[in-house]
Amino acid sequence: MAGAIGIGISGETGSPRNAIGRGRAMLLSPALLTILFFLVCPLGFVLVYSFLTSGTYGGIEWIFSTDAYVQFLFERDIFSQELLFSNAYLSIFGRSFLQALAATMACFAIGFPTAYFIATRPPSQRSAWVFLVTVPYWINLLIRTVSMLFIIRDEGPINYALIAIGIVDEPLRIAYTDFAVGLGLVYSYLPFMVLPIYAAVERFDFRLMEAAYDLYAGKWTILTRIILPITRPGIVAGALLVFIPSLGSFIAPDLLGGGKNLMIGNLIALQFQGSRNWPFGSAAAVILMTIVLVVLVIFARRQARQRV
Amino acid sequence: MTRTAKSWIASATLGLAALILAQPASAAGELKIYNWFDYMPQELLDKFAKENDVKVTMDTYDSNETLLARLKAGVKGYDIAVPGDYMVAILIQEGLLEKVEPNQMSNFKNVKKDIVDVYFDSGRHYSMPYQYGTTSFMVDSTVYSGNIDTLGILFNPPAELKGKVNVLKDVNEVVNAALRYLGFPRCNSDPAQLKQVNDLLIASKPNWLSFNSDGAKEVLVSGDAAAGMIWNGFGLRARQEKASLKFAYPKEGLTMFMDNIVVLKGAPNVENAKKFMNFMMQPENAAALTNFAMYTAGVEGTGPFLSDVLKAAPEVNPPAGATKPELVPPCDPKVVKLYDQIWTNLLK
Repeated sequence: MAGAIGIGISGETGSPRNAIGRGRAMLLSPALLTILFFLVCPLGFVLVYSFLTSGTYGGIEWIFSTDAYVQFLFERDIFSQELLFSNAYLSIFGRSFLQALAATMACFAIGFPTAYFIATRPPSQRSAWVFLVTVPYWINLLIRTVSMLFIIRDEGPINYALIAIGIVDEPLRIAYTDFAVGLGLVYSYLPFMVLPIYAAVERFDFRLMEAAYDLYAGKWTILTRIILPITRPGIVAGALLVFIPSLGSFIAPDLLGGGKNLMIGNLIALQFQGSRNWPFGSAAAVILMTIVLVVLVIFARRQARQRV
Repeated sequence: MTRTAKSWIASATLGLAALILAQPASAAGELKIYNWFDYMPQELLDKFAKENDVKVTMDTYDSNETLLARLKAGVKGYDIAVPGDYMVAILIQEGLLEKVEPNQMSNFKNVKKDIVDVYFDSGRHYSMPYQYGTTSFMVDSTVYSGNIDTLGILFNPPAELKGKVNVLKDVNEVVNAALRYLGFPRCNSDPAQLKQVNDLLIASKPNWLSFNSDGAKEVLVSGDAAAGMIWNGFGLRARQEKASLKFAYPKEGLTMFMDNIVVLKGAPNVENAKKFMNFMMQPENAAALTNFAMYTAGVEGTGPFLSDVLKAAPEVNPPAGATKPELVPPCDPKVVKLYDQIWTNLLK
């Protein structure tokens, strides 16, 4: 993006090269303006709000304050009014990271074989399989999540079947647990893992595999030393596409987790609804965004170094 | 294949055309309602739309706090909202309501006399009564058959109910119940007492299944929860779907709520909103609402129109000797902040 702007605005006018550059800038401008207006501006508001004071019944007062960030790590004891270190919000962040990480690994475990399977079908069949992967996306996420609740609840089909075949005597508690939240996340974001890996595996040159067999490589060696390294960009893309939305999700924890254990998304939503503390909600959003950005930058650096 | 596809397209087109034709060509006006979930029968909206040639749309929320948060966030375009008692007081104080003087309307004479001079809007300059009722909880008597008329069911549940309790996702309902259980006054800012409330809630949470308001009925009917906080009318509807549910009148006390129709500041269709207020004060319409929501109407003369279900229901007719429900006024901003702190701490 930055490069494209550079082409558009640098150098003299008149040369054909510049005309191309201007053309490109023109083509990009709708996207750039959209991003500027709908991404940068709201983020700016969030950043500014996080340094203000909250009004009693919601909204903000234009008084500079770092309370929101202090509140993140310390709480004013109801009893003595002194500031004490509190891990309440850190533990919410911790839980969210663990949930998102677990969901990403589960998505990989299910998604990689699926993608591999699709990529090794005859070319004429592949698009049909990819199409099937996207079918659940025709239905609204909320409805899919509620349906999930119907399936896993105490008197739902899963427990009914388990009791009928005699594996358990009384319903297995699946709904309203952290496990249910993880299940919901995996179900919601699995295609985000399958599709990029599929794209990577499809480009994989299977003659490399034959060559490896010729050199007496075992299946495990081929998988870990040839297929996984070559399809790595797809895996990384899939992992990020699952991890980041999982981190901020709030429908699954609310519905499947029974709203009992907050994740970051719920914490932020709560600040703009029931608790009416916009500055704190904004601060939580800023902190989340910073963490995600830092992780991404570290990742990108490492990727770049490995390529050299 | 192509033939089926063609006929499919044809019937879809026909269906679409029918849909478009079924819409009133162009209604004279509009009315946008922001109401609690599951709190208004569609037939009543249709009736109002037809009588006044108005296009009515409705969105819903799940707590007074959500309504306030949305209005404070600058959400515009709604004409009517249905806040509870204390929230009317806050909305008036925040300047979010239009002073439409329902007391001057032709049907105002039907309003029950004892709820005209209410503390949150004495003389009814902003609001008219919608429904009133109580907040308590229900227990599935097939799971637990002991005495349920105590808040101990929620805060110290018997073994049969442990892990099977749903509480409302509503800071005031939950904190007020805890305050009653501990015998402390409402709108409490005493740090020592709030500390105990905080500890009680944290200790109770492992026994709770979920925090759910809009699913409060569903979670009981499905059997996921065997006990759950619920509003009385919603509870009556739950019992109609599952007869073993019993509504509790806890000896420690319970909340009375009084919901009201108000017109929001800057409403685009004030005249239609006022018509709607007047419409809802007509006994027949108030009764249609009551037959759906199953609480109690704030209007006299609904008797002949009410369904028989309501007449004997223990949810709306407290047994003799039941604790008298209590209206809880809005608390001091300082107390609100403390409650919010306890609430976030509980949900972390």
